[in-house]
Amino acid sequence: MADVLIVGGGLNGPVLALALARAGLSVTVVDALPLKALRATGFDGRAYALALASQRMLAALDLWDAVSGDAQPINGIRASDGRAGEGPSPFFLAFDAAEIEEGPMGYMLEDRFLRRALLDAMKAEDRISHVAGRTVTAQQIDPQGVTVTLSDGKTLRARLIVGADGRRSGTAERAGITRTGWGYGQTALVAAIDHALPHGGIAHQFFMPPGPLAILPLPGNRSSIVWSESDAQAQAIMALDDAGFLDVLRPRFGSFLGEISLAGQRFTYPLNLTLANSFVAERLALVGDAAHGVHPIAGQGLNLGLRDVGALAECLVEAARRGEDIASPLVLARYQQWRRFDTATLAVATDAFNRLFSNDNPLLRLGRDLGMAAVGAVPGLRRRFIREAAGLTGDVPRLLQGQPL
Amino acid sequence: MSMHSTQTTVDPGEIAKFEAMAAEWWDPNGKFKPLHMLNPCRLDYITQQIAAEFGRDLKAPQPFAGLRLLDIGCGGGLLCEPMARLGATVVGADAAERNIPVARLHAEQSGLEIDYRHTTAEAMAADGEQFDVVLNMEVVEHVADPLAYLTACRELLKPGGLMVCSTLNRNPKSYMMAIIGAEHVMRWLPKGTHDWSKFITPDELFALITEAGLKPVDRKGFKFNPVLWTWSISDRDLSVNYVTASVKPR
Repeated sequence: MADVLIVGGGLNGPVLALALARAGLSVTVVDALPLKALRATGFDGRAYALALASQRMLAALDLWDAVSGDAQPINGIRASDGRAGEGPSPFFLAFDAAEIEEGPMGYMLEDRFLRRALLDAMKAEDRISHVAGRTVTAQQIDPQGVTVTLSDGKTLRARLIVGADGRRSGTAERAGITRTGWGYGQTALVAAIDHALPHGGIAHQFFMPPGPLAILPLPGNRSSIVWSESDAQAQAIMALDDAGFLDVLRPRFGSFLGEISLAGQRFTYPLNLTLANSFVAERLALVGDAAHGVHPIAGQGLNLGLRDVGALAECLVEAARRGEDIASPLVLARYQQWRRFDTATLAVATDAFNRLFSNDNPLLRLGRDLGMAAVGAVPGLRRRFIREAAGLTGDVPRLLQGQPL
Repeated sequence: MSMHSTQTTVDPGEIAKFEAMAAEWWDPNGKFKPLHMLNPCRLDYITQQIAAEFGRDLKAPQPFAGLRLLDIGCGGGLLCEPMARLGATVVGADAAERNIPVARLHAEQSGLEIDYRHTTAEAMAADGEQFDVVLNMEVVEHVADPLAYLTACRELLKPGGLMVCSTLNRNPKSYMMAIIGAEHVMRWLPKGTHDWSKFITPDELFALITEAGLKPVDRKGFKFNPVLWTWSISDRDLSVNYVTASVKPR
């Protein structure tokens, strides 16, 4: 019987598996995708904005060296209010890495590099068993553990089951955990863009009435964009060919990086907020989007997930070292207490932020421009914003402080 | 298993009170909620003391393998089970007979092998049993003759063995917290669980332990945070709950 069975081989699942295995626990990871798909090396356009705390966590798990050469440091963030075709408003909010002593504010990392590093590390770890290309069809809880049935009919046993299977988590659903949430009527268009001029490691966020456009620097003269539009508009844009897509993007993107072209596939993600009404159940815990799918506006989805992973790993490893049953209700309650408040706060804040900025009301526009100017003018407030975005505030799990468990 | 006929220091009134509560042991939100809340803190202290005394690495699997451990007043097995999981060979003793089947049943459910016995420290000492570690947690304030009891604990230790002993301090604050707070206001414990006059100050306990032939080596407080509802180990605040470590000279 494994100590922990993790459902979901995305990013949070493997990172949790590694954190637990390195601390001596045995782990099984069940991954719906077959290994061949996981090992695909081409660039598909997906990339992550890793907050500084998340980067420290990867370093503490000896994963950072394998990806650091492919990561782009974020040296600054520029946020501005604008309308398509009008350029940014005069009120700019600029954050620079030089204002916090920790170095870059974060890193951009392509999905393919992070995925490869996680697969290699899991393969090299004796305590991890990686079951790829199969899904979970049933889970049964008993006083000693959990029995999981896979799509090929095989069964697996573990003391604890962890759902890292995304915002439509089957693990949560099978346990009867309900969800609260709502859609925004918005869809995010995600793509990688080649551009003529260097970005200097600066990330940009333009707040425009239909939704924000984020331009995030990748290595070389490339950037990743997260572009939010109303559902209907996004559908219409996605239906265009690449040239048509770029024609709509250009006036929003602006000319500050020179001529632009597509550097990979285009993806769409409907924007919604979904919060599991409990992060734990009997012998079960949820992490990442399975616990809380937040609006990706602040780029905090993966970072929030890694905070769950760090907190859960710390709770479980501490419990194991003092001889507690790692799946006892008391141990799981500690994890839930640690993460739920943090998550609810961020979900509400991100939601309010988006509602404020996705609006063309002139009074609101003036108000938020003045607000941005005010935040920008007060050094203490600026530092706080930067440290918050870098994931350096709150009750930070040890792994995210760069410390081993 | 029957009670030994050896003279015992257990007060019969005390046993009856705990017997009535035995079935509740493993409900984290039941009558023993405060003990479940305190348990991580107690386990941290116990595991650190054992690791230090016997040179064990808590990050290794089964760090307490090869150690023979006795938990006196084991109740439902809240300490025995973690110790068994960490590899120790565990004997759990309780003077309340009804606790024993509850503890056995739960150990079986947890897949753990623990030797639970309905007996007392004095009876086991008379039988000549010896252990590397004796856990003596929240017991001394319930016994009729603390010195005789602690002497039995010393006899139960191998030379170089370790006793961890926790109890409640006796001062106005502990009266407020343990009797008024825990029993009357929060109703965490049934009224009459504790008799405040039997509480022992840390200095008195050190003196008793020394008189019993053990060498006290450490003492710390267990401090409750009423905002976060968590317990932590404190170097300075021994004003209510506190814990001590003592070794038997070789």
